[in-house]
This record gives sequence, C-alpha cells and structure tokens, in this order.
Amino acid sequence: MANFVLDESRSEESTKGHLTKILVIWAITSVIGMALVWFVLGPHLPPGTMTDQAQGAQFDIRLVSTLVVPVLFFVWLFFGYSIMKWRVRPGEDPLAPGANISGNSKAQGAWYIITTTLVLGLAAFGTYFLVVPAGAGGAEGSSPIWRPATKNILQVQVIAQQWRFTYRWPQFGGMETTSLELPNNTEIQFNVTSLDVIHDFWAYGLGVKADANPDYNNIAYAKTQQTGKFVVRCDELCGIWHGAMYNYGHVVSQAQFQTWASNMETQNAALTKLLPKYSLTYTPSYSGAGGGYYNTATDPNANL
Amino acid sequence: MSKGARAGALLVSFAALLGLIVFAVAGYLRSTPPTVSATPSSTPGVVNLVMQTDGAVGVGPHPSWVGYFIQDANGAWHQTTLIQLPTHSTVHVTLYEYDSGGNLRNTVWSKIQGTVGNIAYVNGVAENIVNPNSNTGNGIAHTFNVPGLGINVPMYGVSSTAKNFCNAGPCNLSEAHTTITFQFHTGGVGSYRWQCFVPCGLGYVDGNGGPMQNIGYMAGFLKVV
Repeated sequence: MANFVLDESRSEESTKGHLTKILVIWAITSVIGMALVWFVLGPHLPPGTMTDQAQGAQFDIRLVSTLVVPVLFFVWLFFGYSIMKWRVRPGEDPLAPGANISGNSKAQGAWYIITTTLVLGLAAFGTYFLVVPAGAGGAEGSSPIWRPATKNILQVQVIAQQWRFTYRWPQFGGMETTSLELPNNTEIQFNVTSLDVIHDFWAYGLGVKADANPDYNNIAYAKTQQTGKFVVRCDELCGIWHGAMYNYGHVVSQAQFQTWASNMETQNAALTKLLPKYSLTYTPSYSGAGGGYYNTATDPNANL
Repeated sequence: MSKGARAGALLVSFAALLGLIVFAVAGYLRSTPPTVSATPSSTPGVVNLVMQTDGAVGVGPHPSWVGYFIQDANGAWHQTTLIQLPTHSTVHVTLYEYDSGGNLRNTVWSKIQGTVGNIAYVNGVAENIVNPNSNTGNGIAHTFNVPGLGINVPMYGVSSTAKNFCNAGPCNLSEAHTTITFQFHTGGVGSYRWQCFVPCGLGYVDGNGGPMQNIGYMAGFLKVV
C-alpha cells in the first residue's frame, strides 16, 4: 500500500489533521456499519438456522461480513477523502506538481500487522469451527475424521441417479422413498452415493453439501434444530436435466416423522422386498444401455 | 486494395457470417420435434393420449435411437416427446411398448405412482408394482416418469427374440408389444419435464447419453395449457 505524505505547501491542513479526520469518520461509520451488518443483516444471512451446521455457517458468514466492514470502509473512505480533499479545484493549475509521495514505515507496518492478524485469525476461527460441529455439514469421505458425539444417529442414504434423488432408510427396513422428511432435534448421517455419474447433494437450508460419486459413500452430518421446508439440489453438472434435479424436503417434529416413516414403510413394503439388500454403495455399469444394474455383484455387461 | 474494395469485402464477409448464423438458427428451430395435442374425448374434462415406445425410431437423424411416437387426433404417428394437455383434465393414456427390457438400475422405479389409484393396467391386468423379475426374463423396457406430477409408470419389455419383434418405428399392433393403460390428472398451467429411468441410451456412458438426453427421444415435456 502506498502511503502519502502531503506537500505542506499544497495542503490546507497538516497530515496529522487529515489522518485524524479520516480515522474519526472511519471509526464512526465502521461502528454503525458493523452494528447494521451484525444485528440487522446478520439474522437473515444464508443458509439459515435449520440445523446446527447451517447456524454455524450463518454465524461464520455473519462474523466475516461484520469484520470486513472496517477494512472496506477504510479503503472507500481514504479514496473518497482523497478525491474530495485533494482534487484540483477551479483556478488551480492541473499540471502543477502534486503532493510528494514517500514511504511511511509505521503505516505500512500497521497495515501488514492488522491484515495479517485478521486473515490468520479468521483462518484459525474457520478451522476450529470446521471441527466443532462435526465437519460443519461438509462431506468427509467414507471415513469421517469428525463425528458427532452421540451414537443415536438417524441414517439417511442419498442415492443420486440421472436425474432424481431417492432416499433409503436402513433403520426403517431399508425402504426407499422419493421424498425426504427429517425429524427435528436429531443427529443425521447422510450417506451419499450415485448410480451413474457424479452428482452433488446440496441441501442448502441444512448446511449440507456432499458430492455423490458412483461406487463411493460420502458422509456428511447435520443436527436438525428447527422445523421447516428446505430444497435439495444437484450441484454438479450431470446432463440435460441437471437443472431440474431437485426436490423439497421437510424437517418435522419427531412424532410427525415417526408417523410418516411408519406409513411409508407400510406403503412400500412390497416395493422394499424388490430392492437389493441395503449397501453403502451400488455398482453401476460403465458399459452402456440399461446396464450394470443396481447392486448386482457382477457387471452383466462386463464381457460385452 | 482500394478503400471501396475493402469495404465491399467486409460487407460480403459480414453478410456471409449473418447468413450462416440465420441458417444455423433456422436449422435448429426446424429440428425441434413437433408438439402433439392429446385427443379430446366425448367425456368433458377427459382427453386421450396414445403413445408408443420403440427400440429404434427408424426415422430422422438418429434412426437407431430408442424413442417415442405420439398419435394425433387423425391417427398419424409423430416422433416426438412434446405433448400438449389441457389444464385440470383427466388424461387416459394408452402406451404400446415395443422395446425389449432388462433390469432397472434402481428398483424403486418399479412402483407405479401418481396415476389414478396408483395403478396401471398391463395387458389388461391392474398392477401397482411392475416386478422386473416376473416378466419371463423380458424385464423393464422403460419408465414414463414425470417428476413434477409425481408420476412413474414402468413398462414391461418384450422379448428381443420374438419373431414379430419391431425393429424400426413406428411399430404397429401386429408386432410384439405390451399394452399399458393408466390415467392421471393434470393440474394448472405448467411445463412438466418427463424422462425414462431405464438407462436406455445404447452405446453411451452409463446408458444415459444420446436418446436419454435429447428431446424427441426419451426426454420431453408435458405442456399443460
């Protein structure tokens, strides 16, 4: 960053006077801006508070947005002040020598220390909060490093296929549904896989995002804490209907969930019998039409 | 080269470029499959929709691709997947399936959903699940799936070794086929995409390329107007 020392002969005030003015204006506007971002904008920032993970992400975005205000305001204010205060006025010679520019080690040092502290502080903060809420809703692969403390976890398998998501429930007889209902105040483990190409399970409102890869179980955790509706979208380009590969889900009370799950288990009993045994991955074929059927031990088209 | 000659060359180049763009756009528009309206019936609020799925459409730029034909009010078959339906109506669908079948990649699509009573009549027999293992080895050929309306209707395939197997569309009723009938209700105005969940794009990665990703073959829209 260049630091400016004004040619006193062209300045109406001393450098210190300008700096004081800038700092006072900056401090006042920053405090107001930070308060507005934290208290007014903050509660409405995405992705909401439907899960622990979503709330954590919202808190992170809220904090970063608030901390960025003074930095942004300082840069804007400095440029604005410079333009207003040191512009060439009518009657002045526009070709006259401008202010002398020289380095200011104190200003430079302060800038480096402040920005470095800010960036490293946010990195440490982000890393800590990635660990605390069990992966922060992100996919952790098939062997998660961070797991929820409780062992009472609802297992939901997300099966992506061109171009729909379906959901399998190993704790409810292995039934498979096209809709996604989740109980409130419950720790949930999403086991995400694909039957064909790479998709991405993005339950934005839950703060959960995990790639769906064929032959791979990608795990993400979330703890629900608020009822409501959320949308699930595919976030990997996967063909003609990629844009239409979405559905809505609901976080409902635990009693409502139990009713829904029992009803679905009963309604789908005949269908569940036809489904393959529950597995963390299902082997599709890479050899063409119709092939490599769901959960077969061998690829029927392997020798084609 | 004189200024006039250069200007002339520039104009000619510009005109040629414009012509190419117009040609490409016109070609694209002309290649869009037609939209076929369901046939009104004598009962108010009811329309009839007659379709067939063929293992090879036999016409157009990709005659070997699997695809649909839709019948218009005059009985003519059109190779398309764009169907116009009236709002708040009951659609009586008759679907002639002429293709061979196999297993479903995801067996969840063997359940009939979203139709009136959640059933379909397969060769006259009411079914709510079409079991891919119970069709003497002919499996499931295709599914008619409209996510926006919650509709899923799987179709039994026919034997590819049948003597009267239809090799190219449009097929006719003297050839081996399965007849599936069902009804569903349209809602308000909307454009509902539909697709097949059997990866039937022969020769494409995972069977989901080619006809599976082209309007007019195994991907289309129900235009409710």
